[in-house]
Amino acid sequence: MELNRLQRSFLEYTAALFREGFLDSQFSQLYQLQDESNPEFVVEVVSLFFDDSERLINDLSRALDQTNVDFKKIDAHVHQLKGSSSSIGAQRVKNSCVSFRNFCEVQNIEGCLSCLQQVQQEYLLIKNKLEALFQLEKQIVAAGGAINTVEWML
Amino acid sequence: MEACNCIEPQWPADELLMKYQYISDFFIALAYFSIPLELIYFVKKSAVFPYRWVLVQFGAFIVLCGATHLINLWTFTTHSRTVAVVMTTAKILTAVVSCATALMLVHIIPDLLSVKTREVFLKNKAAELDREMGLIRTQEETGRHVRMLTHEIRSTLDRHTILKTTLVELGRTLSLEECALWMPTRTGLELQLSYTLHHQNPVGFTVPIQLPMINQVFSTNRAVKISPSSPVARLRPSGKYMPGEVVAVRVPLLHLSNFQINDWPELSTKRYALMVLMLPSDSARQWHVHELELVEVVADQVAVALSHAAILEESMRARDLLMQQNVALDLARREAETAVRARNDFLAVMNHEMRTPMHAIIALSSLLQETELTPEQRLMVETILKSSNLLAALINDVLDLSKLEDGSLQLDMGTFNLHALFREVLNLIKPIASVKKLSITLSLSSDLPEYAIGDEKRLMQVLLNVVGNAVKFSKEGSISITAFVAKSEYLRDPRAPEFFPVPSDNHFYLRIQVKDTGLGINPQDIPKLFTKFAQSQPLTTKNSSGGGLGLAICKRFVNLMEGQIWIESEGLGKGSTAFFIVKLGIPGHSNESRLPFVPKVPGNHMPTNFSGLKIVVMDDNSVGRMVTKGLLMHLGCDVLAVGSADECVRVVTPEHKVVFLDASVPGADTCEVAVRLHEKFSKRLDRPFIVALTGNTDRMVKENCSRVGMDGVVLKPISVDKMRSVLSELLEHGFLAESQ
Repeated sequence: MELNRLQRSFLEYTAALFREGFLDSQFSQLYQLQDESNPEFVVEVVSLFFDDSERLINDLSRALDQTNVDFKKIDAHVHQLKGSSSSIGAQRVKNSCVSFRNFCEVQNIEGCLSCLQQVQQEYLLIKNKLEALFQLEKQIVAAGGAINTVEWML
Repeated sequence: MEACNCIEPQWPADELLMKYQYISDFFIALAYFSIPLELIYFVKKSAVFPYRWVLVQFGAFIVLCGATHLINLWTFTTHSRTVAVVMTTAKILTAVVSCATALMLVHIIPDLLSVKTREVFLKNKAAELDREMGLIRTQEETGRHVRMLTHEIRSTLDRHTILKTTLVELGRTLSLEECALWMPTRTGLELQLSYTLHHQNPVGFTVPIQLPMINQVFSTNRAVKISPSSPVARLRPSGKYMPGEVVAVRVPLLHLSNFQINDWPELSTKRYALMVLMLPSDSARQWHVHELELVEVVADQVAVALSHAAILEESMRARDLLMQQNVALDLARREAETAVRARNDFLAVMNHEMRTPMHAIIALSSLLQETELTPEQRLMVETILKSSNLLAALINDVLDLSKLEDGSLQLDMGTFNLHALFREVLNLIKPIASVKKLSITLSLSSDLPEYAIGDEKRLMQVLLNVVGNAVKFSKEGSISITAFVAKSEYLRDPRAPEFFPVPSDNHFYLRIQVKDTGLGINPQDIPKLFTKFAQSQPLTTKNSSGGGLGLAICKRFVNLMEGQIWIESEGLGKGSTAFFIVKLGIPGHSNESRLPFVPKVPGNHMPTNFSGLKIVVMDDNSVGRMVTKGLLMHLGCDVLAVGSADECVRVVTPEHKVVFLDASVPGADTCEVAVRLHEKFSKRLDRPFIVALTGNTDRMVKENCSRVGMDGVVLKPISVDKMRSVLSELLEHGFLAESQ
């Protein structure tokens, strides 16, 4: 059935995301918080994350462009980004933030720039993937089904 | 003295002759009278002259003679008889005195002679004293020169300066023409001209060290005169003039190794340098003894100064070496620290990373198991599941062990049912044991308390590991598990004499023995059992697992529980017994306020409905804020989410029951909020619970939080269940026992 196929591909897709380390268990927790009183919780949170991250990444690029780089400010931004990404379970983004902070600590501009690039990449990747996931979800809901998340067991 | 016998002079016959006689007599008389006067005068003046009596006699003699001659004057003309009588008296007296004087002189002359000899003697003595004075003076001069030289030489610690100064000063003091120093080469077979007084850059003359003349100089510590034509003295192309006298002296070169603290060397060193001194060529000067002595003393002083310089060099070198080593050590330490930090970071990140995929695999494969599969597929899936379980266990072990080695692992103390723990272990092991047809018996002593305080999970892990090993390595027979409270006599392990456990009111020592009739262990292998990754026997059994970490981890856990674990075996094939003792707390007597007496209640007891519970969440990260808010709302709470410390303090009212502070913000803000909230709500009843949410379970963070009066710390990420239990614990007990 179409629904089964969609559901199966949803499951496979999420499994792949978990396996490849894009997402961690925190993401599945988010789904647990979604209920009748809050049916769009995950999408809302994720959109907030996208906005927040884009803003932070822009701020970071601007800050690293300065002649006198303010590492404290950069560290604060990266800290924020790390916090948001770990709150939704965007694992790879969070990890690249961790190494970003290390370079910040030693005030290594090249390292910071390369980390920023990496963060951006990871962010774009996860953004694409999540958007694809939400598309699938929409299709499933449209086909009359529901997401079965309990068995993620992560 | 001619006898004055002229009685009757014929006046008219020789008038001229008469006149002259008259005058001479007169003058003789005058002289005869004045001489004694002079003598008396001088005797009076000098108090020394010892022969007064003689002088008096002499004087009398002369006076009388003079008188005689005077009276003679009257006898030239006719004279009366009185005059003749006086004249005769005078003459008689004169005769008497002169004879007496003559006799006296015989006695006196030897005395006078001896006086003379004594005078000569004294003069000699005086000359000798003068000579000696001169000698002393020159010695004093020499001494002064030596002191001055020594001062110059010892005022510097630089080798070259010392030697150069020596030559210069010696040259000056002794007015030498040339002064040279020959040092032995490295090989010790030759002497090389190292320093001279007047040549600026001595070209490398060398002279073999085995010359007889050089040996002669080296064999004595005195300065030795040598021939000016010897090779060491030929410093310039031979001139036209007579070379002056040359002296050579040895300078001992002392090595550091010659100085032992208790035992000064007797200059038994073999290395000498040669100092050659030349007097100016054209002078007729000779080497005096005091000059030679000066040279010898100087040579000794130079030796001492050189050794001081050597010691200084050595100590500077040692100090430099030490500094270098310090720097290297520092670097190594920093590298080690970086490595440890890197490892910890790695572990911290990998901790989650490694577990997640494992769980994904395990979860999905168990899911898969529940779908429709062909038998082959089922077999494949089962294998996958088994392997991944093994892998997961291994990963957990490794991560646990790393944490244990770090010392960062802390026991999760809690009260638990001891009897139940044993029963559970038994239940877990029974199936496997029955498959292998092993019988298991468990005997718990009657004084074993039912409840104890300790780390239940890890104690079970240790027990399972030990019992599991017993089962694994036994092919047949029985396994017996005994547990009892250890009394002092039983506590001493013969292998660990430094272990002095002392039970007290608050805790007891649990002793467990697991005896099996299995393969036994070679006594030589027993020490290796508890080391990581060391497998004691080639494992022919197929179900060996754990990679050799199990016992090492058990040992670490047992040590953390302040106990001991050891294994005894009588040899291969004779079975083995594992003993371990752990320290457990006695519930009800606890004096540790941080461990509340809360028996762990099964999870379903928790209220699942927190509806209407007013909560404030502070998080400056919008995404995090939303997630936490969503979480709490999902549990039914009424949540107010704020983004800053000020807003938080402003917004909290007595209606709010809990305030969650996200401590991702580095440090100060969350503590500040807690303090301000304490100030705002002075009455305990009004104040909401303050809980920190943090991703970092450092001890420091926990200490800081409890210091500012927080009621608990929760580790992120927070699952729904975790939040549920946190809230229920807060509401039931008023604080969080340990970080969840």
